[in-house]
Order: sequence, then C-alpha cells, then structure tokens
Amino acid sequence: MKAGKLAKISLLAVSVLIISGCSGNNSGVSIEVPDIPMHEALGEFEGELNIVNWSGFVEPAWTDKFTADTGCVVKPRVAGTSDEMVTLMRTGQYDIVSASGDAALRLIVGGDVQPLNLDLIPNFSDDIAAGMKGNIYDTVNGKPYGVPIGRGANLLQYNEDVTNGAPESWDVVWELDTPYKGKITAYDAPIYIADAAVYLMYHNPELGIKNPYALDQTQLDAAVALLKQQNQIIGEYWSDVFAQIGSFTGGNTVVGTSWEILRKFAAKENIKTTLPIEGSTGWYDAWLVSSKTKNINCAYAWMDYTSKPDVNGAIAMNFGMAPANIAFCSSSEKAQAHCDEFFAEDEEFFKKIWPWTTPIETCVDGRKDVKCTSFQEWTNAWATIKG
Amino acid sequence: MSTLISTENNRPISSYLFKRSKVRLIGLLALPMFWIVGVYIVSLFLLLITAFWFVDPFTSLVRPGFTLENFISIFTVQAYLATSLRTLLIALAVTALCILFAVPLGIYMAKIARPWVRNLLAVAITLPLWAGYLVKLIAMRLVFSEQGFFNWAMAPLGIRGPGFSIPIVILTLTYLWFPYMALPVFTAIRQIPTNLFDASSDLGAKGFFTIYRVVLPLIVPAIIAGSVFTFSLSLGDYLAARFTGGKTQMIGSIIASNINLNPPVAAAFSMVPIAFVVIYLVVARRTGSLERM
Repeated sequence: MKAGKLAKISLLAVSVLIISGCSGNNSGVSIEVPDIPMHEALGEFEGELNIVNWSGFVEPAWTDKFTADTGCVVKPRVAGTSDEMVTLMRTGQYDIVSASGDAALRLIVGGDVQPLNLDLIPNFSDDIAAGMKGNIYDTVNGKPYGVPIGRGANLLQYNEDVTNGAPESWDVVWELDTPYKGKITAYDAPIYIADAAVYLMYHNPELGIKNPYALDQTQLDAAVALLKQQNQIIGEYWSDVFAQIGSFTGGNTVVGTSWEILRKFAAKENIKTTLPIEGSTGWYDAWLVSSKTKNINCAYAWMDYTSKPDVNGAIAMNFGMAPANIAFCSSSEKAQAHCDEFFAEDEEFFKKIWPWTTPIETCVDGRKDVKCTSFQEWTNAWATIKG
Repeated sequence: MSTLISTENNRPISSYLFKRSKVRLIGLLALPMFWIVGVYIVSLFLLLITAFWFVDPFTSLVRPGFTLENFISIFTVQAYLATSLRTLLIALAVTALCILFAVPLGIYMAKIARPWVRNLLAVAITLPLWAGYLVKLIAMRLVFSEQGFFNWAMAPLGIRGPGFSIPIVILTLTYLWFPYMALPVFTAIRQIPTNLFDASSDLGAKGFFTIYRVVLPLIVPAIIAGSVFTFSLSLGDYLAARFTGGKTQMIGSIIASNINLNPPVAAAFSMVPIAFVVIYLVVARRTGSLERM
C-alpha cells in the first residue's frame, strides 16, 4: 500500500520534471486530434460571415466598417453558455465562434474547428498579451486554433458592509464554518469543478493536483466531495448574470464567484471583488473557425480586423474584459483606465489565473501514467452535486 | 364528375361528401391529426428516442444506439432520485394549496357575492394571466428578496421571509397556476342549484357540513380538471426554481442543464413527469372522477 503510494508519488515527480523541462507552453502534451488542413492563401471574399458569439462581441459599431471594407455581411448569433456554443457550432451552419477555453478544446478534439494559418493574420502580433498566446485550450500539438479576443478572471465578489474587508481566502465559500452560510453563490456549470480543484491544489497538496483541468478519478472525487460540502452552505447557483447582480444588490448573496464586469453593473460602493490567495480560474476567449465553413476568407479577414488595437479594444470595453491586443491600452487615457481596471497588462495577476480548458482524457498537465476525467464525467458529476 | 353532380344538385361538395363517409371523416380530421401526429407526437417521439442513445465520452457527441443506462441513472444517482421526489411533492403541495384557496373563493363568488363583486373577483383572478410568465417570476423574486417588499412589510411584526427556498417555489407556482384551478371550481359551484343548500340547511346541516357533504362531492370533477393543470404545469416548471428557489433543483432544472451537455439524460428525465401524470390520471380514473368530467 505504502510502496504503491510512494511509486505513484515518484512517478508524479518524474512527470512534473518532464513538464517543467519543456520550454514554452504545454508542448509536452500531445493530444489526438482529427487531421484537418489549414487555409494556405487568402482568396476572394465570399460575401457573408455567420458568427456564434457572446453578447456584446459583435456590434454594428465595428461590423459596419468591416462589411464596407470587405463586403462580408456579418450575421451574428448570440449564445448564452459555452455548451450552447458547442451545440451551435456542431450544426455546421456557422463559420466562426468566440469560444471560451472550456468550449475550445472540445471543438478542437471533436474536429469541429480547423487549425489556423497565423501568417494570414498580420494583426496577430507581438502586441497580443503574452499570457493569451499558445495556451493549451487553443494550441494543440503546437498548432494554433484560436485568435485571442480577451480575458477575464473569476473573482471573489463580496459585500463589504457584511464582510468588513476583503476575504483573504476562498474558504468563505467552501468551508462549513463560513460566517455567510446560505448567502453564498457559485457558478452553475460543470466547469466550476475547476474552482474546487484550485482550492484543493492550495490546501490539500497531497492530492497532487498540478492543473485544475487535469483531474484523475481520485482528484475529481475530492473536488466533488468539496462541492457537495459547499451545497450545504450555498444560497444560490447563478447562470443568469442579472439574477446574480440582483442577489448581491438585494442582500441575498454576500460572497461568491463573479466577474469584474458584474461588479461594475452592480454599481454599489459596498460590492467589491478580490483575488484570494489560492488564485482562481478565468475565461480566455478566442475566435475559432469551423472546419465546415464556406466563408473561410471572410473568417480570416474578420479575425485580422478584430485583432486591430482599436477594434479589439472596442469589443473588450463593450463586454467588460481585458483586451487581447494591449497596444490598445496606450491609445488613450480612457483605454488605459479600462486596461488598468481589468488587469490587461498585468501578467503577474493573470499568472494566478487558470484559463478555462475543457477537461479531456489526455491529462493536460502532461501526466501519462493515468487517465484523466473527461468533460462528460465532469458533467455527470456536476449533476450529482446539486441534489 | 363535377358536372355530373352539379346537374343533380347545386351543392356539389356537400353531396359528394354525403355519399362518401370515409372522405368526409378524413376531411374533418386531416388538420387536427396533422397537428397532433405530424407536429406534436413526432417531435416528442424524436426527443424521447434519444433517451436510449449514448453520449460519446470523448467528443460529447450524441450517438444512436440502445442503452437503458440513462433510465437506470434516474434511480441509482441519489441526486436524481431526490430531485424527482422533491418535484413530485412540490407539485402536490401546489395543487393542494390551489384547492384550499379555490373552494372557499368559489363558494363566495358563486353563492354569496353581489354581481359586481363577483365580476370584480373574476377579473382579479384572471388578471395575472394577462401578464407575462417571466414578469410574474421576477415580481415574486423581488418581493421575497432579502431587502424586498415582504421583509420590509413584515419587519414591524418581527417576521422575516424564508429567503429563496422550496416554500417560496411552492408559493410562486401557486400564484402562477391558481387561475387554472379557480375558474373550473367557480363554474362548477355556480351550477349547483341553490335549493340544495336550502335542503341541506332544512335537514339541519351547518355550513361546513354542507360544504363537505354537498358541495365537495359535486365539484370533484372540476377539482380534478383544475389539478391536472396545476399538477402537470408544476412538474414541468424550472424557471420558478431558478429564480425563487435558491439552490432548489426540480426535474426541469436537470432537463435544462443537460439539454446541451447530455441530451440522452435530459430525454430520459422528460419521461419522469409524463410517468407521474399518467399515474395521476389512472388514479383519478379509478376513483371514477374522470367519467363525470
């Protein structure tokens, strides 16, 4: 028993060494993906572009100019969740999607999106924030699949009138002895399991979690146990942003996971956000192009256009996130204020954030001796938590 | 052929149909049957068949096949079983509460109130039906939020609301579906001849005894009709739980959260309310109430 455990630990240590030995981002992990050719050279514009996007990503303020320049008529379709985005992209009726990392890897592994030829996207330059390039959720086996749009962290939001200062740790939303029992909110989606894993990574190092999206069965069980414990003290799970804002301003919720933009919408002095010591998860959004697209040239033109500092900045300001193209920040005082508020140039801040990544059977932390739990298993586990 | 008929008769379609009873029947039923079978049953069947299909664990894509795993999970996963039972109890509680409110109100409106009060009450009952469903949900959410109307109004009495929880879900659903119970009950009581009350009173029965022995037996069919609405609508609802239930899960919540993530489980779960309603109707039939509807 003990020897077995030791062997496991040493194996783990070896695999950790292997990863840390590799330079750059995740090049140690190889993932089996369908072989889809990338676009070689730009041709004539097809005249239309069907986009699946988050609300606020595609607005006439910047699509009109794009259409005037290229003749590509933009037809946006707003999706409410990552899961809806995946479902929509699988219909094959859309050309491009603004996928968060938890949708991206699912689409890549499923063969629904194609690798990208970055030479055709000149605006994908050194101005793109370093932390948004080459991440595992959209760069597989060294091939890029995504063009970054923007990012945001899942922060701990709190009502200062009740908490008297910022909570230092996420323990106020996880532990049974929390002073805010019944006034806690959590994000209502399977990907929230990763938030439990981030907490365990810090407080239960013996579990050996190295990446919250690479959980073997034992580690997933531990995260699920923590979530079941949280279920006893939780007040509400949120998926509707306006319900979440109302819960904080109405006093039903005192602490819980949130986004910087929701705090801004709450517009109350006493509603604040903080990044606790454990770090957190975050959403990194990127354009992904369908493998079945008929409007490939419009799609490339769109990705290049939206990577320009001003357009990328307009999207980021409209949605309330850190822009991918940080050249935008120095363009004006207003832009700089936005970038500072959303930590756009603060790589130290984003080093503590684990970008949403679809969990797949291949361990994205590089372990090869175990099978990791897939998103389907997370989905099934999530259903058992809320009871 | 039309010329042949028109020489005999100046109403060709009628006489053509008169001679051909099958064509007549098809003509009568074509439209409703297309609606029921073509649109309703087929789409329901397409949904329900996925309950036997798989989800590819690697890509999360749905694959046709045959497995009972999705149905077995309803009974073996503790959270699923608890949610089914919770939903059943909530639906029963909503129905009971609706009956409790509808019967006295119906008696008052039908037998006691002056005509203008009756009309006013009838409008008041149906008025909520004019407002959107979501509007009513958000209204309930605002009333029962921590700093909402209920806590504000009850503060002088030292009473605090329970916060978003199962009792508020039951209250919200009762608010939503009450007209469906109140209207048939009111109509049924109106149809009870007034002399039955006089006869009951002449025989020495007091008010409550008359309600129990005379009114209730006569309005059971109306209550059953109303409860089919309140019960089945409550079973399928999930937004009330989402907006006013806090962490409360209902069957609809599980279907809604699985519809993108795991369609076969969602499909299997959509059979549960159907099963509950069928059982309910069979029990109602056994008691003989359906025949009198």
